[in-house]
Amino acid sequence: MAALTPEQRAAYWSRTSRLMWIIMTLWFFFSFVIHFFTVQLNAFKFLGFPFGFYMAAQGSLIAFVVLCFWNAIAQNKIDKEFGVAED
Amino acid sequence: MATQSKAFIDNLGKIYGGYAGGFIGFVIILAILEQMGVPNKIIGYCFVFLTIAVYAYIGILSRTMELSEYYVAGRVVPPFFNGMATGADWMSAASFISMAGGLYLTGHAGLGYVLGWTGGYVLVGVLLAPYLRKFGQFTVPDFLGVRYEGNTARLCGVVVLFCASFTYIVSQCFGIGIITSRFLGIPFEAAIFVGLLGILVCSMLGGMRAVTWTQVAQYIILIIAYLMPVVWLSIKLYGNPIPELAYGQVLEQIAELEKKLGVVKPHVGAFLDAKGQFSWVEFHNFWALVLCLMVGTASLPHILMRYFTTPNVRDARTSVGWSIFFIFLLYFTAPAYAAFAKYEVYSNVIGQNISSLPVWVQNWSQVGGLLTIKDGNGDGILQLSEFIINQDIIVLSMPEIAGLPYVISGLVAAGGLAAALSTADGLLLAIANALSHDVYYKMIDPKASTMRRLTVARVLLVGVAIVAAAVAGTRPAGIIQMVAWAFSLAAAGLFVPLVLGIWWKRTTAAGAIAGMIAGFGLCLFYLVGTRYFDMQLWWGIRNISSALFGLPVAFIVTIVVSLMTEAPSKEMQDFVDSIRVPKGDLAWVKGAVHD
Repeated sequence: MAALTPEQRAAYWSRTSRLMWIIMTLWFFFSFVIHFFTVQLNAFKFLGFPFGFYMAAQGSLIAFVVLCFWNAIAQNKIDKEFGVAED
Repeated sequence: MATQSKAFIDNLGKIYGGYAGGFIGFVIILAILEQMGVPNKIIGYCFVFLTIAVYAYIGILSRTMELSEYYVAGRVVPPFFNGMATGADWMSAASFISMAGGLYLTGHAGLGYVLGWTGGYVLVGVLLAPYLRKFGQFTVPDFLGVRYEGNTARLCGVVVLFCASFTYIVSQCFGIGIITSRFLGIPFEAAIFVGLLGILVCSMLGGMRAVTWTQVAQYIILIIAYLMPVVWLSIKLYGNPIPELAYGQVLEQIAELEKKLGVVKPHVGAFLDAKGQFSWVEFHNFWALVLCLMVGTASLPHILMRYFTTPNVRDARTSVGWSIFFIFLLYFTAPAYAAFAKYEVYSNVIGQNISSLPVWVQNWSQVGGLLTIKDGNGDGILQLSEFIINQDIIVLSMPEIAGLPYVISGLVAAGGLAAALSTADGLLLAIANALSHDVYYKMIDPKASTMRRLTVARVLLVGVAIVAAAVAGTRPAGIIQMVAWAFSLAAAGLFVPLVLGIWWKRTTAAGAIAGMIAGFGLCLFYLVGTRYFDMQLWWGIRNISSALFGLPVAFIVTIVVSLMTEAPSKEMQDFVDSIRVPKGDLAWVKGAVHD
């Protein structure tokens, strides 16, 4: 076991959990919340698209890709900080 | 290649780069042959047989007699390539053939599939993949068996896995049958078994290792095949090589044509019923489907087990990023496919003289039942209501819509076949591994030798494949529908015990087992009841989103029963702690069986 004291372990997990909740909240926003308002958002134009339709066809997809890479990078940083990153 | 040499892993970029170049060269040669007058049928044969031959070659090169090579590809797959393999594993006949067609027919409602089949990777990457990689065993039920201390949880996991993956694989065999029969010109039932050979040569000898390296090869073919026709069309019509950008403009033109043609349900309109009015039932069905597909993504064992193959936890996380990136390339393009096809139909087909329709319409209307033209009012002009198109032919007919040579049609068929074969392989392996590793080795004969375990695994693999092909031969339902059921079944049965097992230490074995049975049971009840016994829909939610009911029930039952039973032992809590940290050994609970 990497030598983490119980306090360090708790701190590590609370940082990890916080990152998880941030990403899950954004995920929820781009998966559901924004699409609840598709009808209203369609009143706006974006690159020729009605904006609500654009978000479902392209916008949210881009957000998902960014979220996945961001999660990997941010979590790796936390791992390094606590010295639990793999060699 | 007894064990994978380091040189092979180091040179993956060169090997697959050369392979992609070689494939493009192959397409060019066939294009030249076509110009020289080689008949279309021969070109179709070349695409189907030569690509399968390549997969078989990789499969045979990757044969192995080592357990960790067979089950988890030796855990040496770099994240970038695992991302490609996951992309092929993930994108099936439903994504490749049916999705763009669904978008064509339903407009905004079809985007539920696009969202649902991408966003789930956020759940995989954040909640599951790194922790399952740290756990480091062979299968998903392995995790349930260790975390919930015993074979009851393991068996529940195997049952859910089997039901979900089997439904899924039947749909893929169905897709393989459609493509093979069309391009080889043989009956559907026979075509399924030809395709079956294609599946088996990839996976039987080399297990996960062979499937991994063929899936990378299949990804390269399927993405080239999907992008090429639509990019070509985009350049031709709009002078813009990026169809995703050209497509905003197309939507505006479609909207104008819709007004002219009096379409009641505009392409971009959201949550509309058949009359074009806003409908709450459609609204709820939209988000319910998105939720079920996303959670299902994070529960399907053939996807989760791909992250068992990376060298470490960090790579598993990065690999999820690459996976969704490679999947995104196709999903980002699918809606553009649909819009281009719709524009073409509205502007050059509808309202034309029936005797002077474009060539592609004439060609496809001769293939049985996929495209029907009926001059209802007998005026010789084609009305919108007189034109009926099947969703599975939008992608397959795009090369002809774009006026491209036949070689591109062959390419698209090879791409569709690659998509269906790669997914079928991943699923087959997930099922056979669960049966050979979890049921046979862990429950029936824990003393079995390596040789015996690998033999059993292969026999089961062939057995499951034959049964799946036989069931597909009965044409039980449409491709997309079967796939969506598989997602719901997996979501209701596996998501809760996996996620809570990692993120909530208080989850007990009794809680997890009760939750799985309740969630999966309810989902299955709703699915079977509404499909086969005329049960009323609950709040109008269609049965492709059955997990909408099973999932919350699984959560509630798991939590309530866990709180009513005694907390897991100190050792088990330490074990969960050790899964949460990337570095260091696992703190195995005494008596836990592991490799």
